[in-house]
Parts: sequence; C-alpha cells; structure tokens
Amino acid sequence: MKRSLFVSILFVVFALFSFNASGQCKQFAKNTCKVGLAPYQHDGNYHAAVLLEGEEAELYKTFYSDTQYRIGICGANNLGEIEFSIVDGNGKVLYNNKFHGYEWKWDFKLDSSQQLKIVVKVPVTNGMADEPKEGCVAIMFGFKEK
Amino acid sequence: MNIRLMDSGKNVVLIFTFLVFLFGGCSSDNSKSGKNADTSGLSEDFNSEMDDDLVEKINTAKRIFYSLPSPLETAMLIKSAGASYNGDLLNKVENTSKYNTNLKMALNLGIYTTDLSYASLFDQSQATLSYINAAKKMADGLEILDAIDEATIRRLEENINNRDIIIDIISETLLNSNSFLEDKGLQNTSAMILVGGWVEGLYVATSLIAPGTDLKTNKLVERIVDQKLSINIVQSLLENNKDNPEAQLLMNDISELKKIYDKISIQQSEITPVEDPNTNITTLKSESTIVMSREVFDELTRKVKELRTRYIS
Repeated sequence: MKRSLFVSILFVVFALFSFNASGQCKQFAKNTCKVGLAPYQHDGNYHAAVLLEGEEAELYKTFYSDTQYRIGICGANNLGEIEFSIVDGNGKVLYNNKFHGYEWKWDFKLDSSQQLKIVVKVPVTNGMADEPKEGCVAIMFGFKEK
Repeated sequence: MNIRLMDSGKNVVLIFTFLVFLFGGCSSDNSKSGKNADTSGLSEDFNSEMDDDLVEKINTAKRIFYSLPSPLETAMLIKSAGASYNGDLLNKVENTSKYNTNLKMALNLGIYTTDLSYASLFDQSQATLSYINAAKKMADGLEILDAIDEATIRRLEENINNRDIIIDIISETLLNSNSFLEDKGLQNTSAMILVGGWVEGLYVATSLIAPGTDLKTNKLVERIVDQKLSINIVQSLLENNKDNPEAQLLMNDISELKKIYDKISIQQSEITPVEDPNTNITTLKSESTIVMSREVFDELTRKVKELRTRYIS
C-alpha cells in the first residue's frame, strides 16, 4: 500500500514537471528544429514532448506522392543522440538514422502516397541511473513540391 | 481498518497533488533539483526500489502521435494537383457570428485556416486577410491566446503581396495554436480543429472535380482517394478523446465516411528506398493501384458535402 502510494506520487510529480516543461518545448521546437527545416516549408504541425531516456515515441502520418519531405527529429542536448527510423505499413524499416551517423533530418519523396510510422528512441546514457535524464524531443515536417 | 487506511492514503495523494499543482504549476523551472526536493523525504532503500520500478515502467512507455495533413499541406496538395481557385466554395466569413459552441468554433477554426491557406497559395490577398480575421475570431472564442494577435495581422497586411512571408506567417500561426493546445492539455479541441480542417480540404477538393472528369487520370481525385490512408489517423485522434461527447459525435461522422472509403481499394507494392548520392534525397519506390467506381466517388462527394454543410451551419 505504502509502496504503491509513493509510486503514484512520483508519477504525479513526473507528469507535472513534464507539463511545465512543455512550454519550453515549444521554444525549443521553434528555435532549434523548425529553423533547420529550411528550404522546406514547415507544415505548421507541432509534435513535441518531454521524453525520458529510454523512452520511445511513435508518430503516424500519411506522405503524398509528388511532394518532397524533410523529417526533422530534434532532441535536447542532454539526451544524447536520438535514434529514429521510418517504418512502412508492413513493418519494413525504410530508414534508420543510426546507420547515417545519427543525422537529425531525412529528405525523401515518394512514388506513391503512403502512411508511414516514425519511431523515435531516446538513448539511455548512463545505464540504470538513479534519476533518468529528460528533455524535449520534437518531430517536425517540412515539404515542397517535387 | 483497511478501508480507513486506504482512505487516508488517498487523502495524502490528494493533498500532495494539490501542493504540487500549487507550487509546480506556477513554476516554469523544470530542473531536476525540483524533483529531488520532492522526493527527499523518502528513505534511501525505498527510493531505490521505487526508482527501479519507475525506470522499468518508463522504459516500456511509448508516446504515440497522430499527424494529419496541416491546412497548409492540404492547400499545397490541392494546388499541386493542378486545381484552380474557387472562392465561392469557402465558408463565408460572415458566418463567424453563428459559431458559439466549443465544437463549432473548433471545427470552423480548422475550416477557416484551411480556407486561409488555400486563398494564400493562390495569391488571393483580400481573401487571405478576410480569412485570417475569421480564424482569429474562432481562436479568440476558444481562448487560444496569442495564436493570431494584432501584430500577426499587421505583418500579414504589410506583406500581402509576398507569398513566401504569408505562408511563413500561417505556418507560425498554426504552430502557435497547436503548441498552445498541447501545452494546455486541450487535445480534444486540437482534434476537432484538425477534423474541421481535414473535412474542409476534402470538401474543396471534391467540389473542384467537374462532372464527367476522368477519375482514373485526375491528380486531384488521386489526392482525395489518398485520404483513405489517413482515415484511421482521424479515428485514432478522436478515439483518444472518446469520453468527450463532441468527439463522439465526430467519430460517428468519420465512421460513415470510412464506410465509403472502405469501398475504394488501394493496392500497394513493396516499398524500396533508393538514395540519390548527389542530392541525399531518398525516393521510396513503389506502385499503387486504385480501384474505385464513379458511384462510390459520387457517394463520397455527397457525404463530405453533408458533413461540411453541418459543420458550417
């Protein structure tokens, strides 16, 4: 009982501090990630959250033929190198940035429109540290006509 | 006895939660020292055991995002498909005074921002100004603070003949609005705005298909059919807010739309990524075949029109 009570409390604390950090996340997304999308036009969507090391995020989006895209995945400096992969509807990995020096962006176009999944992984930098690191991770898209 | 203990435990959680809201909610500092201070009263052994549990839970946690084409992307898709501009299709700006509920304001914020994006991509200066003002009224009604402020409108007026700057302003406005809703935990409002904008894009696109158009070769028809790939995303966005009756209403609408999309077949071959070493741009090579009858397309057009008419009424 006592144990679950304290676990609940800690979850509340984590949730609330994450909520406070989300305002800073917007500035991070705007100032760091969006700027790097040029010369692609940012689509205006906002996908950012405070993630902890070891945490994963997934994003589902349809991409259209005859359009060129830039995906940008930006992580706060304290999080280490963020890994991301692009996966199709059959689970086939089409791109993984760990084979490209953890490049933060990827430019691509499609012969036919597809719904793709973007999987983002925050690395665990110090193994099982007492306190996991946390920071903002933003997933942003830019586009231009092919 | 057990019940009393549980009650007292709940009270501790409530009091603690209140205190954290009181102090944490007012603080913009997200430093780790804050968390240390909050947990410092716990014994070291218990802390360590709890951390192990917590870290394990965190390590298996997964944040899931669903992304629909933004109003800007929707407008670009319509334009790049070779469509023309038809201002008569757009929601009249005079209608803003009709929208008094949260649902109507959210849906029409999505609708007006799609109209705004469509007008701006076709260099319709006057319509662009009218629609940003209409969108502002909806955003103000929803208390989306500073999404579209007077300075934004002034900047738009000053650059009304510079399409690149206008598109940047719209992109910035969308980002401000989306991040505000996310920060405030208003995902339900955000989902309704997205649905409004998505349906408006479908409405404009289907309305621009002239009777007798060859459905097999028309690029805009292909874009309309492509939305089949996003319908599960729309459903997931609403599903996440299913406790809200307004989201439930929209879920029913989207289910009806999905039943029609289910009659359209999109067959796709395996995707092969090929990177161009000169440009570093990867092409996802694949082929897709669409099978759709004219009756189904007409049914889809009618359903979209019905939903959109209801949303703007």
